[in-house]
Amino acid sequence: MNIALRTAMGGFGRILAALIILFSIFGGPLLSQASAAPTDGSALLIKGTVKNEKKPVEGVEFRITGNGVDEIATSDSEGKWQLQVEKKGIYKVEILLESLPEGVGLRDPEANIREANLTFTNTAAVLFPLGKDTRVIQPLSDQIIIRLFAGLNLGLLLAVAAIGISLIFGTTGLNNFAHGEMVTFGALFTWLFHVELKMPLLLAAAITIALSATFGWIQDSALWKPLRKRRLGLNQIMIVSIGLSIILRQLYILFFEGGTKVLSSEYDKVVLGPINTTSTSIWSMALSAAALAFVAWFLTRTRIGKAARAVSDNAALAAATGINVERIIRIVWVMAGALTGFAGILYGLQFQANYLLGAQILLLLFASVTLGGLGKALGATVGAIIIGFVVELSALIIPIDLKYAAALIILIVVLLVRPQGVLGKKQRIG
Amino acid sequence: MSKSKDLAIDQICIGDIAPGCRKVDPILIADGVKRQFGGLTAVDVEHVEIPRGLITALIGPNGAGKTTFFNLLTGFDKPNQGNWSFEGRNLAGLSPYKVARLGMIRTFQLTKALSLLTVIENMRLGAQKQPGESFLTALIRPLWIRREKEITEVADTLLKRFKLDAKREDYAASLSGGQRKLLEMARALMSEPKLIMLDEPMAGVNPALTQSLLDHIKDLKANGTTVLFVEHDMHMVRHISDWVIVMAEGKVVAEGPPATVMKDQAVIDAYLGAHHDSDLGALAKPAASRSTKKGDTK
Amino acid sequence: MDILKIFTLAIGEMLSPTTITFVLCALGLAVHFGFTGLLNFGQAAFAAVGAYGMVISIDTFKLPLFLAILVGLVCSVLFALILGIPTLRLRADYLAIVTIATAEVFRYFMTTIGFSNVTGGSNGLSQFGSEFWALNPIPEGNYNFGFATYRADQLYVLMVGWGAVIIGALILRLLMRSPWGRVLKGIREDEDAVRSLGKNVFFYKLQALIIGGLFASVGGMIFVLNLSNVQPQVWTTNFTFTIWSILLLGGAATILGPIAGGMIFIAVISVTQGLMSGLVELGLLPFLTQPDIAQIRLLLIGLSLMLLVIFRPQGLFGNKKETQFNV
Repeated sequence: MNIALRTAMGGFGRILAALIILFSIFGGPLLSQASAAPTDGSALLIKGTVKNEKKPVEGVEFRITGNGVDEIATSDSEGKWQLQVEKKGIYKVEILLESLPEGVGLRDPEANIREANLTFTNTAAVLFPLGKDTRVIQPLSDQIIIRLFAGLNLGLLLAVAAIGISLIFGTTGLNNFAHGEMVTFGALFTWLFHVELKMPLLLAAAITIALSATFGWIQDSALWKPLRKRRLGLNQIMIVSIGLSIILRQLYILFFEGGTKVLSSEYDKVVLGPINTTSTSIWSMALSAAALAFVAWFLTRTRIGKAARAVSDNAALAAATGINVERIIRIVWVMAGALTGFAGILYGLQFQANYLLGAQILLLLFASVTLGGLGKALGATVGAIIIGFVVELSALIIPIDLKYAAALIILIVVLLVRPQGVLGKKQRIG
Repeated sequence: MSKSKDLAIDQICIGDIAPGCRKVDPILIADGVKRQFGGLTAVDVEHVEIPRGLITALIGPNGAGKTTFFNLLTGFDKPNQGNWSFEGRNLAGLSPYKVARLGMIRTFQLTKALSLLTVIENMRLGAQKQPGESFLTALIRPLWIRREKEITEVADTLLKRFKLDAKREDYAASLSGGQRKLLEMARALMSEPKLIMLDEPMAGVNPALTQSLLDHIKDLKANGTTVLFVEHDMHMVRHISDWVIVMAEGKVVAEGPPATVMKDQAVIDAYLGAHHDSDLGALAKPAASRSTKKGDTK
Repeated sequence: MDILKIFTLAIGEMLSPTTITFVLCALGLAVHFGFTGLLNFGQAAFAAVGAYGMVISIDTFKLPLFLAILVGLVCSVLFALILGIPTLRLRADYLAIVTIATAEVFRYFMTTIGFSNVTGGSNGLSQFGSEFWALNPIPEGNYNFGFATYRADQLYVLMVGWGAVIIGALILRLLMRSPWGRVLKGIREDEDAVRSLGKNVFFYKLQALIIGGLFASVGGMIFVLNLSNVQPQVWTTNFTFTIWSILLLGGAATILGPIAGGMIFIAVISVTQGLMSGLVELGLLPFLTQPDIAQIRLLLIGLSLMLLVIFRPQGLFGNKKETQFNV
């Protein structure tokens, strides 16, 4: 036993304590609410409400499959529908488009199948936002334009979240598997402040970003720095990050429950030629682009940014030229926390939030970073936008539920053909 | 003093001594080997021949491309262009393990002792032609146990010679830096190589061990093994090498017997030209240790 | 709260087919990571490939059971080749990302409606067990072992499963004490050094990937045969990381480790869940509800991954000497 070990142990305790305090302060009201509405322990329920332009829609049919179940549920006069199932597990819910009234369609026409996750909770709410029927067969050119727009939107979001991974990998060599949970953090806490505590959105977002930055700071000071000091191998640290991601996910379920959290149900429609979108999406894209521009400016123009790049290039050399490497790494973690939390907010506002959100996009983030060249922050942006396009455009050719698979296949192919990434330079080996 | 005096120059090389001159009995010939990293040319060797049965030193200042050249010759790195042959066999494009099987074994600048294997297991791993190393035979002990005993015998003899026999059952991780160098060299000898290539064998070895290391290198030659070793300390080289090849900025700038080479203007230039380089190294070290200290006190 | 029941339940779970599956997968992962140093984060996919290979052979191609098992194993080998040939030349962390991505892609493909006529989609497949159950040599009836009573069919699965574990462990023991195993360990320590000694490192890594994958595939087959159904949502990354926890708990570079580690791990989780559930019932843990208890399992997996790597990297059964060195 030595001091380093004790520091690490204390550090780990600290991070847990900090998390628990964080959750109990902000998660408190949730818990009381959860217990106020007692749930029957035995009944497993999949349910939802369908509304079109704020009015409930009756008679819409949902087909629920999985775990041996294959049944149809129908919405009542309040637009509510539900189905009781017996087994825990993941179910698929498909909205039967034929049952929708004429002229009504899904706001996201591809999302006619969604998952209901009853692995950890007794009820799972599945929502299908309705809007004008866009099922009219569009010309291919229009479809491509729509896809490109959606791809750019997703790509920008991924880019904001991926820069953190890239910066952390560049400066510390860690492939952080707990990064997805930092995205989830942003989405869930915004929901908490904005929806539960009824704060104005901007205030909620500001507090969330501050908390995300703090979260990054705590992670580095209590966990990663002590591990670096103990000279734990990078692969070992990677496994630690996997453990952390699992723990964080479980804490999210404990404090936020498993269902979908609706951050925003009212959208202002925006029509741009063939593209049907919302003002939220437009804002999200603009803000993502602004955040990316800021990072680019920061890395290329400021002293700290340049130092961060120097540390990425060669930490030992950077240290020799008088750069305080540990301080730069700390700054990188705080920045990564803030940016990733911000990405989570934007993601949640557009696609809603649940405890798995970040884990679901983690591999897309890795794909973006790898595509751009590991450790190259600006490369990650390009990689993310490519991944965004691939995910959305692939849906033109292959089944929609395989669109994430398409991105991962691209990742695998790129690793095989150009391990240094699309933009990375061949590295000197040995 | 060195044995180079016993050997007449014309027994080693044909014609005048010049960078890239031809040898009477070369074991390794490299031709037009070039390696670039981005825009930087790390190695650009027009022609060089390594004489058989002798100790050849490859020297040059830091960053001269010696280790890169080593990596290229042994297949650990791929050149942009060039050819090289070992005992008349073309090696270009051959993977490292095939190069090793031909009898050209290398060691590394940063020792690669296999830490969580015992010293004796490290040694056994160096042997060739162990049928038990293929998957199916491995399952049937009688098929490989005899060869294993032979290997172990050879290993024990070598360990005794390198004074590592007391450490036989210890993990390689528990050895000192110098002992690891010795282990790596002994392990390389397990396969009875024709050419052994040592990358800075003296680096990081404490002075007490240096002499015994030098003696071991001389022993190798006595046993008929050709030795090529990288070193950047010229004075170390003088005592044991028969032939010296000098690299600077990726090129072979001079070669010849140690005494002659030391006086060569090109060599002096190469070292002087790199003088600021070594100064930088001396400066960088204390700076680095200072910064780590700062981190510690926090 | 019935303490005795909690412990007998734990013993039952320790020996259960699920434990067998985890143990076999962990033995395979020991070959990958513990002995060769390969970071395989897609062990769930190896199990799934074996399971689906066997099930689809029976269900779609109507092959007899033993041929179907063989097909499953061949699929596993092919999967290792497809995964290994391109990636084993890359850095270790690339292998980690490629394996986890491939595992997820495989799961997407098994889930998608596009192939559901073969894979059963998210419902999976269940019409394949009859031949396996027909081979049960144990006479009908209930068998009491004190801590639990087993039906003949349950006993049959346990026999087959633990039989596979024992045979597998013996083969591994032979392999790892042979010169072949020595080369693998050398690669784990430093592959360039092993390369410089004339060993075809890539080929050894590929062999290790295949053999470790086969263990997982057998584990996957026992899992689905026991349940008489195969479903895509089982083979998630959480499945893989459960195996990692077990491996790290037992000791990565050992053979006894994954076996004992698997049993201990499952037992500890079972006891913890049982005790906590009891405490909740008694109202002693006011901040938790019964459904929360189910999540404790994953929480423990995450915690053990972190704490083991940080504080006991050699696991419970690893060689203590190994940790004296900060490599």
